Amino acid sequence: MRFGKARRRSNDQVRFAENGLEVEHLSVSLDDVHVLRDLTFAVRAGSTLAVIGPNGAGKTVLLRALVGALPWSGTIRWAAATRIGYVPQKLDLERDLPLTALDLLQAKADVCRSPASDVTDALRLVELSPTTARRTIGRLSGGEFQRVLLAFALMGQPTVLLFDEPTAGLDEPGVHAVYALLQRLQHERGLTVVLISHELNIVYEHADRVLCLSHAHTYFGAPADVLTPERLSEAYGEEIRLHDHDRHARRE
Amino acid sequence: MPAASDLLLALGMSAAAGLVGSIAVMRRMALASDALSHVALPGVALALLLHVSPLAGGFVALVVGTLLVWALEYRTRIPTEAVIGVLFSAALAVGSLMASGENLLEALIGTPAVSGRLDATLGLATTGLVIAFMIRARSRLVIRLVSPDLVGTLGVNVPRLDLLYLLAFALTVALGLRYLGVLLMGSLIIIPATTAMYLARNLRSMQIIAVTSAVGSTLIGTIVSSRLGTSSGPLVIVVAAIVFLVGLFWRRWPRRRQKA
Repeated sequence: MRFGKARRRSNDQVRFAENGLEVEHLSVSLDDVHVLRDLTFAVRAGSTLAVIGPNGAGKTVLLRALVGALPWSGTIRWAAATRIGYVPQKLDLERDLPLTALDLLQAKADVCRSPASDVTDALRLVELSPTTARRTIGRLSGGEFQRVLLAFALMGQPTVLLFDEPTAGLDEPGVHAVYALLQRLQHERGLTVVLISHELNIVYEHADRVLCLSHAHTYFGAPADVLTPERLSEAYGEEIRLHDHDRHARRE
Repeated sequence: MPAASDLLLALGMSAAAGLVGSIAVMRRMALASDALSHVALPGVALALLLHVSPLAGGFVALVVGTLLVWALEYRTRIPTEAVIGVLFSAALAVGSLMASGENLLEALIGTPAVSGRLDATLGLATTGLVIAFMIRARSRLVIRLVSPDLVGTLGVNVPRLDLLYLLAFALTVALGLRYLGVLLMGSLIIIPATTAMYLARNLRSMQIIAVTSAVGSTLIGTIVSSRLGTSSGPLVIVVAAIVFLVGLFWRRWPRRRQKA
């Protein structure tokens, strides 16, 4: 993993105690196209940052840069002793792969040299039964597979959870189950959470800070300040104004 | 029957083929990896022209081809599949032009030639190396095929892992060259693994079925070919294909019965 060089400043330690993640002037280019430009924000330890924005605004790119899967420039500063759990966007896997959920989790335990009990602990945490864990991942429902990926991320005692569209493709009860689980975990373990979401009403409820990425402007602040009809229409464009997102925001 | 050390080498190579093939098939690299084995041909042909060991020639060509594929995957934006198609068909064509007659046929489908002690020792050591790597790197390779980003967050160097896997693949092909030839070696990696992917319900059973059917095919093919006095390569692959067909029916049949 690639961590940004921490600048030596006298108040660094104090700020580290407060912030789980600090990003300054982050830029990412893919194929000579600037996807992210001069992004600056911070996430307090133990809090939730929601990243929103229209498709193609660079939300997934931001998360992948944070985990070091993409080259970037600028500064990414994690608090000391940060361990990252990453839940990627819905993976495009073949249904006939002879891999069970258990295979995947045991593989992580093997790579991280963690005890086998970590696997059972993680399964219990996301409330997946051992029977379900022994099914091949192609036979799991979207919600079950999402839980497997979450269990994978939670192994090895992470302090930060990066979650790319945790509820993509889930039905209404599934969405609420995932957020309830996330909230419980955050409460129990004091996790710092960065998540990408399209459910603006849920973002409004759960997030402490919102980062709105768009081609035009980037807004960062409290949900009530960022999720205003004016800013959303600016970010998402005039056409999407009457879409669910905006209605939810107005209702609030 | 071939000498004991030759047979041991062939069986060890088959076990390595089963392990390497399991990952290749799960990663949907079946066609690309079959083509990779063709890269050995110009090397074999050149070695025959220069009167040096054809195995060494094939091995060098495979390593160069592997590095090329790896570099193309990471350094250019050209679709890898397309490049592999062009590169390896060209390699087959160039190799065929350089070799001729019986030499060419041997290079293409293999020969049950007896190897010297040095060759056998080197071969067995390489086989051990490939199998050890595939067992040690299994977990990393599995997470990598599910998502490169995920294995990256565990501190694994993904390009390096990919390179090592491709080299294990190339070494396995090199080991089987004498036995199965350039055209058929790829099949011993792909067919047993495909059978396993169709039958298995988890990773462990996938690898057990792949290794067992690869080793079994080589054993049966070798025994039958020595009885018939034919070259072993084609027979080994025919047996592997029969095992695949049997597997196909074996899984279909009980299902239909359950429905009835």
